[in-house]
Amino acid sequence: MSYLVGKDLCGGYGGPDILKGCDIEVGKGEVVVIVGPNGAGKSTAMKAFLGMLQMTGGSITLGGEDIMSLSPQQRIRAGIGFVPQTHNVFTGMSVEENLEMGAFIRDDDISGTLEEIYQLFPILKEKRLQAAGELSGGQRQQVAVGRAMMTKPSVLMLDEPTAGVSPIVMDELFDRILEVRAKNVAVLMVEQNARQALQIADKGYVLVMGENRFTGTGAELLADDDVRKSFLGG
Amino acid sequence: MPEFIDILNALVLMTNYVILPALTYGSQLALGALGVTLVFGILRFSNFAHGDTMAFGAMVTILITWWFQSLGLSFGPLPTALLALPFGIAVTAVFLLFTDRFVYKHYRGIGAKPITFVMVSVGVMFIMNGLVRFVIGPADQRFADGARFIFKAREFKEYTGLAEGLALRSSQVITIVLAIILVAALFWFLQKTKTGKAMRAFSDNENLALLSGIDPDKIVRITWILAAILATVAGVLYGLDKSFKPFVYFQLLLPIFAAAIVGGLGKPIGAIAGGFIIAFSEVAITYVYKKFLIYLLPENLEPESLMQLLATEYKFAVSFVILVLVLLVRPTGIFKGNVV
Ligand SMILES: Nc1ncnc2c1ncn2[C@@H]1O[C@H](COP(=O)(O)OP(=O)(O)O)[C@@H](O)[C@H]1O
Ligand SMILES: [Mg+2]
Repeated sequence: MSYLVGKDLCGGYGGPDILKGCDIEVGKGEVVVIVGPNGAGKSTAMKAFLGMLQMTGGSITLGGEDIMSLSPQQRIRAGIGFVPQTHNVFTGMSVEENLEMGAFIRDDDISGTLEEIYQLFPILKEKRLQAAGELSGGQRQQVAVGRAMMTKPSVLMLDEPTAGVSPIVMDELFDRILEVRAKNVAVLMVEQNARQALQIADKGYVLVMGENRFTGTGAELLADDDVRKSFLGG
Repeated sequence: MPEFIDILNALVLMTNYVILPALTYGSQLALGALGVTLVFGILRFSNFAHGDTMAFGAMVTILITWWFQSLGLSFGPLPTALLALPFGIAVTAVFLLFTDRFVYKHYRGIGAKPITFVMVSVGVMFIMNGLVRFVIGPADQRFADGARFIFKAREFKEYTGLAEGLALRSSQVITIVLAIILVAALFWFLQKTKTGKAMRAFSDNENLALLSGIDPDKIVRITWILAAILATVAGVLYGLDKSFKPFVYFQLLLPIFAAAIVGGLGKPIGAIAGGFIIAFSEVAITYVYKKFLIYLLPENLEPESLMQLLATEYKFAVSFVILVLVLLVRPTGIFKGNVV
């Protein structure tokens, strides 16, 4: 049984349903990647897990517990960390303050977690007093991931973490995400760079029009002719 | 070359009529602009009621001061108003929280646009304006007591033997000292405490702040309390330094907004810089330089006219011109704040 399970998810933004009954699951120590065309509902699916969507059906469980009735803040307390696609750092605040704000809901000592994040992203330690807005795109994404990790989440959701960064930076970010996975975190990630993302994925979903089109291990999807032709550019 | 003693006299003249008054006025504007900029940074609208909030806070403090004076309470050489100040702040804070609960909260709930909020704040401004005039009247009120001077111009002249006198009024020292303490405390709060950082985070990126579990209602409440502290202190200091007249506080809105925008709306450090820029410009442009130049220039070059760039009656034009120039040339202000 996976740790975070969304079954038959239906919902939208008040109008017609954007998600039309899709299933998405991710287990601890797994990287699960959602790919699909623009407007397929990938970001919307993440909002469903976060509780920021008007749901019309389906169920979401976290570690076996139903979390459908929880507010976004309560879900974060329950262990979901989220890195939005854009505007995902406090640009006017220092790197360290960004991380502190990530830990806002914690009342215990955060210095250990801070040290862990700095070990994961050494560049952040070097730039800890610099404003996040002054960093390069790749470094900013590290701040964004680090901020979300400060609550010690059991599930980390990332919306297109490698959008707009160079291939080298992308590889490095994926390496870091694998290190996060190694901490027994469930990683759920939406990716435009589908081919590279599926290479590190334990499982992948191809989402089209709010429905599951293909599901399989990363390798299976990469080997599938239909998936390759339609979604990976041949 | 002017003689050394003439240069000294010119400097004393400048200090007495430009530097000290502008430092005092600048501190008052800076405190006012800080309130405007904080509300803008968190609630994202220009609060036109801030000038009248200063009047309201000053009025409550004055009423309590009079009551204290009637009880025979005094603060020694310091004005009794400083004793009343904490109570004035408390009442003003309650008033602002009340306004937020019954006015602004509704508009946040329906996701109103910033311009709607501005118009709502104009409504609040008229209400507060009326309330203040109703309670204390439109006339000038004096409430300063305690020692008026640290030293007088005559004492300075006798002591130094210079022809020019320099007076140091207690209200000037109190204004500058209190402003420094308040600004230091505010920056410590914003930079070092968890709640202060959460306020900056909320101002920086509201959605991400919510995602981080920051409670927006608490941030809004603290913002109003800070606005009450800053407005009341600024209002009382201005009243101690000049006098209290409701209409004057309404007029202060222009230089205060000019200060906040010149510094960069939403940037506390900008509000302080802006306050002093506006104050020094206003005082320096309306100052009569005749005597000053007589000290420094050779006799054949001495000016006949007053050497005044702008009559004092037009001092508000200075803020207005600076405001327009900044909006044209650098709308984000010195410290890259928000564009209005
Ligand atoms: N805040 C919103 N309000 C209304 N419709 C939205 C909103 N966000 C996205 N949509 C719509 O939902 C659909 C799916 O969008 P999204 O989940 O962002 O797609 P993607 O797979 O590219 O992340 C699109 O048709 C989009 O127009
Ligand atoms: Mg998206």
